Amino acid sequence: MTIKKFVVGSFDDEDVLFPAVRNVRKAGYKIQDVYTPFPVHGLDKELGMRETRLHTAGFIYALCGLITALGFISWILTMDWVQNYGGKPHFSLLAWIPIMFELTVLFSGVGMTLTFCYLCQLAPFVKKHHFSPRATDDLFVMVIECTPHTDIREAESFLAAAGAKDVNVQNAEVGWWFGRYDMDRKLFDQNAEVVTA
Amino acid sequence: MIRQQFEIPAKYKKWTYGLLAVGLVAFLAGVFVLGFSKDEHDQTRFWAGLLQNSLYFLLICNACMFFICINILGQSSWQTTFRRIPEAIAAVVPVFAIVSLIVFIAIVMGHQHHIYHWLDKDAVATDKILNWKKGFLNPTFFFVWTVITLTVWVVVGKKIKQLSLRADAGEITGEEARKYIFSNTVWAGIFVVFFALTTGSTIPWLWLMSIDAHWYSTMYSWYTFMSSFVGGLTLIALLVVYLKNLGYLEHTTREQLHDIGKYIFAFSIFWAYLWFSQFMLIWYANIPEETVYFKPRVQGAYNAIFWINFIVNFIAPILILMTRGSKRNYAIITFMSILLFLGHWLDFYQMVMPGAVGDHYSLGWYEWGMLALFVGILMFFTGRALAKAPLVPIYHPYLKESLIHHT
Repeated sequence: MTIKKFVVGSFDDEDVLFPAVRNVRKAGYKIQDVYTPFPVHGLDKELGMRETRLHTAGFIYALCGLITALGFISWILTMDWVQNYGGKPHFSLLAWIPIMFELTVLFSGVGMTLTFCYLCQLAPFVKKHHFSPRATDDLFVMVIECTPHTDIREAESFLAAAGAKDVNVQNAEVGWWFGRYDMDRKLFDQNAEVVTA
Repeated sequence: MIRQQFEIPAKYKKWTYGLLAVGLVAFLAGVFVLGFSKDEHDQTRFWAGLLQNSLYFLLICNACMFFICINILGQSSWQTTFRRIPEAIAAVVPVFAIVSLIVFIAIVMGHQHHIYHWLDKDAVATDKILNWKKGFLNPTFFFVWTVITLTVWVVVGKKIKQLSLRADAGEITGEEARKYIFSNTVWAGIFVVFFALTTGSTIPWLWLMSIDAHWYSTMYSWYTFMSSFVGGLTLIALLVVYLKNLGYLEHTTREQLHDIGKYIFAFSIFWAYLWFSQFMLIWYANIPEETVYFKPRVQGAYNAIFWINFIVNFIAPILILMTRGSKRNYAIITFMSILLFLGHWLDFYQMVMPGAVGDHYSLGWYEWGMLALFVGILMFFTGRALAKAPLVPIYHPYLKESLIHHT
């Protein structure tokens, strides 16, 4: 649990946001993330994010589902509880394909959802810091992570010049934690000096 | 300034006339060697080859119009920059409609009962199953419904094309744009509903499934439709890549190619889903009157073609087109398009041939010659249609959205 310092700028227009992201990156600031009310096409490219590897995980989950289904059915129907279904061979792959398909989809679907939640650090009862509640409503919220070398005043004025409607500085824990957000947050705020060095 | 006017390159013309020449030679040789032959098998091979090709090319061209219509109904804008390409392919529908009609007239009036078993009056009189189907499978109904179908496809397709050409004439703004989109939607709706009544259900039963007159499957039409839809999509992809290579379609980018690739990938898998569903239920129930369709295909003479069909049209696209990178790669999309185009041609081959020529099938000079002839016809008329209208509908209300399209 490390608490860091962030400069937060809120934009109300996509057309201002895109050049702002480009200029902020060019100026050498580290953008932690941009929170938007809806998916903004092309923003991921502008932020220079690498392509997600979630689909590779999905492929692996799918293979696990396929192997589970094939292994389990073939064990039941050829070894554990052998039955005669209309004279078909005991090992009849064709009849199992629907089940194998279903389990493939189920495993990859559930697995990818859970992996996605893990990557976004989301889970039930887990708290996360909200930089601006209006990020789910009508504002694009750009968050710049401060390093020991960052001149906070300069970063603030840079954001304002780039077109941010509202600029402020926040100390926050970006990871996840268990507990009550409204009570715990104050504790972190009190410890804020630790990183301001 | 963008290049709006497509001029048919000399190389394209050379290939078109080359294929047409090869095809015509094969066709004429076919007429004399097979068509006028005393051997009934040869005659059946001649007509079955014509039937397979004319139906395949008719249905894939019409599938391009269906592609435009579902995009209009979905209010999608991404395809606006290249929508003249499916339109140009769909402009060949009248040509193939006439070709198919001539082939039908020759087969039905010429009593080619090896192809359509229900033409044999003696068999219908004594056969219980054929007698049952008499109301649907008879020459009168066949021709009435075929002519209605072809007419509506051609007329509504032409209407939608005309609406599209309106976007070249001048600005469409405000209330007029809303009206323009609305009339597009109405005509696309009419086309799609009629398409569901024809390609989606009755027409493949009538034209193709009735070759195996005793057998029936409710999945058959969807299966045929998917085969032709993937075929049509591969044509669109090939032409997009070809025109981009020539320097046209400056505003059709990898983003659009990616979406075409997704279409091809998704519907290849849906094709396999229907292929398997039809096969598995019949295999499981194991009722003789149903397995009669799969007996020659899976265990008989068509064994190799049956499995090549499955591997080419399902295993290859699912493995090769799965990643994002391959759908955005011009070379891979071109390769897969050619492969799938031939793959679905082979799919139509194994739909038509077992019921028509049985074990005496061959995939020789005549079949490949017919393929060359029909590709030549397709290239000739598509090229002409492309050269007639500007390549990008510049005043289309959705064009801007298409230009900034991201996937």
